[in-house]
Amino acid sequence: MKVLGALGRVARRAINFLRRDKKAAVGAVIIFALALVAAFPSWFMPHDPTAEIYTPGAGLSLNHLLGTTSFGQDVFSQVIAGTRESFLIAMIVGALTTVISVVIGLSAAYSGGLVDDGLSLLTDVVLVIPTFPLIIVITAYVKNASFWMLIFVLVFTGWSYGARQLRVQALSLRNRDYLLAARARGESGFYVVFVELLPPMTSLIVANFLSSALYAVLAASGLQFVGLGNINDQSWGTMLYWAQNNEALATGLPLWALAPGVAIAILGSGLALLNYAFDEIANPALRPVRARRKVVAA
Amino acid sequence: MRFLVRRLGFLLVALWAALTVNFFIPRLMPGNPAEAMMATFRGHVNPAAMHALEVAFGVNTHESLPRQYIAYVGNTLTGHLGNSTSYSLLPVSTVIMKALPWSLGLVGITTILGFVLGTTIGAISAWRRGGALDSVLPPVFIVISAFPYFWIGLLAVWLFALTLNWFPLQFGYTETTVPALTWGFVGDVLDHAVLPAMTILITAIGGWILTMRNNMITVVAEDYVKMARAKGLKPRRILWQYAGRNALLPNLTGFAISLGFVISGAILVEYVFNYPGVGFMLLQSVQDQDYPLMQSLFLLITVAVLMAIFLSDIATAILDPRTRSSS
Repeated sequence: MKVLGALGRVARRAINFLRRDKKAAVGAVIIFALALVAAFPSWFMPHDPTAEIYTPGAGLSLNHLLGTTSFGQDVFSQVIAGTRESFLIAMIVGALTTVISVVIGLSAAYSGGLVDDGLSLLTDVVLVIPTFPLIIVITAYVKNASFWMLIFVLVFTGWSYGARQLRVQALSLRNRDYLLAARARGESGFYVVFVELLPPMTSLIVANFLSSALYAVLAASGLQFVGLGNINDQSWGTMLYWAQNNEALATGLPLWALAPGVAIAILGSGLALLNYAFDEIANPALRPVRARRKVVAA
Repeated sequence: MRFLVRRLGFLLVALWAALTVNFFIPRLMPGNPAEAMMATFRGHVNPAAMHALEVAFGVNTHESLPRQYIAYVGNTLTGHLGNSTSYSLLPVSTVIMKALPWSLGLVGITTILGFVLGTTIGAISAWRRGGALDSVLPPVFIVISAFPYFWIGLLAVWLFALTLNWFPLQFGYTETTVPALTWGFVGDVLDHAVLPAMTILITAIGGWILTMRNNMITVVAEDYVKMARAKGLKPRRILWQYAGRNALLPNLTGFAISLGFVISGAILVEYVFNYPGVGFMLLQSVQDQDYPLMQSLFLLITVAVLMAIFLSDIATAILDPRTRSSS
């Protein structure tokens, strides 16, 4: 019962937050809709995305909402079918990089001393080595990187920015009175970190998850676009790969190449809008000025 | 001075890390893919060059790992990067020099332009809080930042090159002409650079605008800005000399961090436009399984990014007197 009550409170707070913040509400609706498509693609797909049985290179029609490819596949069904992989990459990479960022950032801030120096140096070095060329080099050796390989590479190269941000915030909280009090009470390090230190950092952690997820979507689609993913997967990036390799733009099939990009951008905008809203929570100065004036008047 | 020495130390550590990563990646891959490539070399290059390649990729060598590592670092530092398999076994450094000027021109100029323009727009938009610029720009750039960089390039190709025919479709210049220092050729190069440059600019500028705006909002609320206003200083002077100068500092650090991101985008933009730069060459070398070229390009890009970061450190030292104090 207690758990249900707590869940209810969290849900109510989330709904209140979405009502107040339009950007966040739009972002949440986008993410929810895409999650639905990713979970049940067959509900939304008019045709088999892989079947090469339709008139090749057909334009828009009611039967083919976005036309067909030069192989005679339905573009709209491919976009729907590609949602799952792109969505999963965003969520999994976002979650895993956030966990690593939290662990490294908080360990550095909480331990201090040599551990902090070492972890900070590691974070900074990973941060400045250009990620995308490194990913290209790694996936070039792997050849047709599988789904999990892509995830591994993106997580491996993507955690540093968050770790740095979280460390800075944790450092600023480290010597607050309530944390010193917890330590003086003789609470364990585990308790101090998870019960006292983490909760006030929630909005930064969520913002971190969202920006990592955005980074993952864009980087993965870029890799798949140049043919470094598994080219037989159903995803937006591989659609772009096939469209580019068959000169979709030059042969009068722009929708084949442009539609998956718009799909990526819709997912990306959803993540970015939510992220922007969480930025405004973490840093009240960024909130729209209209709201601030009201407070002053009251 | 201590600040710069510390940053120089960091630069060296980062360089060493990149070198080491470059050394271990081919060795960690299952069934060293470089081995197949090495077979094509046998009998075509002189034994010394062959040995250098074997050292670089850890193939056929009976030397211990530490000795391989030392030899590899020595070869790399002295510029012996090996031979390119896809460019008729020319030395990698010769091949790279063909691509480097194109990327320096395209990516270098657009990055600096994007930083200067974005920072200026961000500062002004925060200064006029709630004004037209401030309410329109953030949401627009949030949406643009969600598009894949290369997709903006595809859109530009389709709209301005294929449909409207305003600009050439691809490459750095008209391929039938011979490069020469004439006005005609320079114009041709600029004509080919417009679309890729605009693509990089549009996708990169949003980040600078948003971070500068956010820094500026925090700085404008500071007491010394209020003090400057109370003294009756001209708004323009407060904007640039008081608030702007201080808001720029975190943005310079941000420059260092975002640079890798911009370079990533630029690689794909070069690929979309078949622009004959370093990024396009990197992806070509991947397709041709030209591992020596690929790894040298990775190192080159990393070194370029690290140098740019160090330059931004120097700029920080000039702008921020705190970094110059000896304490």
